[in-house]
Amino acid sequence: MADRPERTDNKPQLSLHIPEPNYRPGADEVDFSAIEIPEAGAQPRPDEACDPTETHGLCTDLIRVLGEDNRAHGPWDPKLDPDTLREMLHHFSLVRAFDERMFRGQRQGKTSFYMKCTGEEATSISTSMALQSDDMVFPSYRQQGVLIARGYPLLEMINQIYSNSGDKLKGRQLPIMYSSREHSFFSISGNLATQVPQAVGWAMASAIKHDTRIAASWVGEGSTAEGDFHAACTFASVYNAPVILNVINNQWAISSFSGFAGSERATFASRAIGYGLAGLRVDGNDPLACYAAERWAANRARTNSGPTLIEFFTYRAEGHSTSDDPSGYRSAQERDAWPLGDPVVRLKNHLIELGEWDEDRQAEMDLKAAEKVKADTKEAEKNGILGHGMHQPFHTMFEDVFEEEPWHLKEQNAQSQAERDKKYPDGVPH
Amino acid sequence: MSETKEKPKQGRDATGDDRRLNMIEAINDALDVAMGRDDNVVVFGEDAGYFGGVFRCTAGLQEKYGKTRAFDTPISECGIIATAIGMGAYGLRPVPEIQFADYIYPGYDQIISEAARLRYRSAGEFSAPITIRSPFGGGIFGGQTHSQSPESLFTHASGIKTVIPATPYDAKGLLIAAIEDNDPVIFFEPKRIYNGPFDGFFDRPVKNWKSHPDSVVPEGHYAIPLGKARLVTEGEQLTVLTYGTMVHVAKAVMEEKGVEADILDLRTLVPLDIEAVEKSVKKTGKCLIIHEATRTSGFGAELSALVQERCFYHLEAPIERVTGFDTPYPHSLEWAYFPGPVRIGAALDKLLSE
Repeated sequence: MADRPERTDNKPQLSLHIPEPNYRPGADEVDFSAIEIPEAGAQPRPDEACDPTETHGLCTDLIRVLGEDNRAHGPWDPKLDPDTLREMLHHFSLVRAFDERMFRGQRQGKTSFYMKCTGEEATSISTSMALQSDDMVFPSYRQQGVLIARGYPLLEMINQIYSNSGDKLKGRQLPIMYSSREHSFFSISGNLATQVPQAVGWAMASAIKHDTRIAASWVGEGSTAEGDFHAACTFASVYNAPVILNVINNQWAISSFSGFAGSERATFASRAIGYGLAGLRVDGNDPLACYAAERWAANRARTNSGPTLIEFFTYRAEGHSTSDDPSGYRSAQERDAWPLGDPVVRLKNHLIELGEWDEDRQAEMDLKAAEKVKADTKEAEKNGILGHGMHQPFHTMFEDVFEEEPWHLKEQNAQSQAERDKKYPDGVPH
Repeated sequence: MSETKEKPKQGRDATGDDRRLNMIEAINDALDVAMGRDDNVVVFGEDAGYFGGVFRCTAGLQEKYGKTRAFDTPISECGIIATAIGMGAYGLRPVPEIQFADYIYPGYDQIISEAARLRYRSAGEFSAPITIRSPFGGGIFGGQTHSQSPESLFTHASGIKTVIPATPYDAKGLLIAAIEDNDPVIFFEPKRIYNGPFDGFFDRPVKNWKSHPDSVVPEGHYAIPLGKARLVTEGEQLTVLTYGTMVHVAKAVMEEKGVEADILDLRTLVPLDIEAVEKSVKKTGKCLIIHEATRTSGFGAELSALVQERCFYHLEAPIERVTGFDTPYPHSLEWAYFPGPVRIGAALDKLLSE
């Protein structure tokens, strides 16, 4: 019992608010009608070089391009040609096939862990297509779409997921924590939001050097509660850094709904207002809106007009990871009731509406994507799967701690080798 | 191999007199030299730009190299370290300043989980070649939040080097080496000896650096390799393992008591100059470890374990540790806390009576 003096007056008793989501497992009917969804095309598009305050109305709006009629509307329509739209759809198809197979691979015991991005594909694929290929991205853990859009080989991704002898990260990182300097894709940490101020630092360096490349980071809405996010906003604002801060509001941080990051009081885009950043709030399931917003922010950053914070309003259709079971904390109806639809279906329907696509071609594309993933998976399995011996040589454990191995690591390396020799007197089996 | 005490050869000014600098001037000189040689070196921190730092270590750099290479930052150690990491990934060589080591904790996650791991987790694709400078240690009536010695929080993490100079000459050479090193380095500057080689006798007149041989600091570029200790004095009676301010305190106490000791200024804690440690302890058979930081899990515990593991059959007495107490650094009782001559003397008496 806390030490509290006895009440001697009529002051109101204080009470603590603990946020609670609307729909727990077993909820009768999921009703998202309270979410305000403005008409596609209704949102103004300020000049890319505008004063940040001109964007602040958009922080509580929702930028949408694709309407119920599957057509593009309004000033945010990026007017992409059909080939680019089909390329985007192809990336979507490939990511979805990849997620399916890797998820299954984890269930089959081929690796320890996997994370799908189902429902959020547009927030990484459409956005990264709006960047230049050498703009530096600082991803969180659900941006496999960026790598796929940038043409990173699936084989490398699977080798990493399997932590096998072909893994160029030498089996050190949890599955999906990719890194590819060649693809301007920063090493994924696994700690949350640390990459956001790092992206700002990279952008500051690019500006110091009068480079032309910009930086972009991704973070989940839950992780915006980390101090690092706020440091990033402050530094981005103070130095007018050429950076885009993408916030993926997929409603759920494992089992904690967005209310635990503050969504009951304000939108995540509106964080931009207090920091003096440009801010946009975007339908994250609208691939054209995602592309258009990211391109707007990229053009703004590239012309020294300032950083942008973008909230992508979307929904995490699957569990947080293979270690998560969302049926334990949210209603299973949420996914189907989500009012912004599915980004893949919306893009497909748009192309069909334009007369540039049909269901047969879609089916063929999906089949080819699945076959491609299957073939690369088989290829990767030749390098081994997690826990089956075909890992990196033991001594690599001691490499890259420092550029050069100091004496104490050399000693420990020798100790490790002695342990192996003792356990396997006839050599380590492979 | 440890180096013998350096005798700077070119440490003279235009008139032929020795060029004598205090520690602050030597650090400023090192930053100037590093920035002059490599335009990827950038310096920033709270009050570190226009004003030149609350201890003046970055004075004049903004004027000389421009605002985008020496600048002020928001009061966010997390942001300072994180942006340094991003700049390092770009290809710069950032030298962020944390105004007091006591303020480093908001940036600790970025140092330990990010800077120190980046090379490993990316298998060498990315690294964080940053040097984090920060004044540390007590003895200036700084109270519990301007006096701490948190070096063991960094030596315990893998992937980061920890460097602590004890003289102006070393401060310049070690800082240049740290900046040129491709791994992240914590560079703790013992602020009690910024202006003079404090000997631990707080009730005696303050000395400045001008009469100390290691305040002769050559102009231009020189680097002292990281991981090499410095033999400050030679003696047969015992080995003293120490660093930072306590180098000078140890030397004064040995002189006061007429004890002839090998005093090893470790200079770099990780990687440690284990050869120098082993060689000396095997010679003298007695080992005294001195640091200002709190005792439990302090770096002295690591040193003690290493000496025991490697020199046990040469030891003639139990290893002694002289450290700060396991309390926060008290403001008014600072000199009762500080591991000064009385505490060191008692340990010496014990060691030498064996």
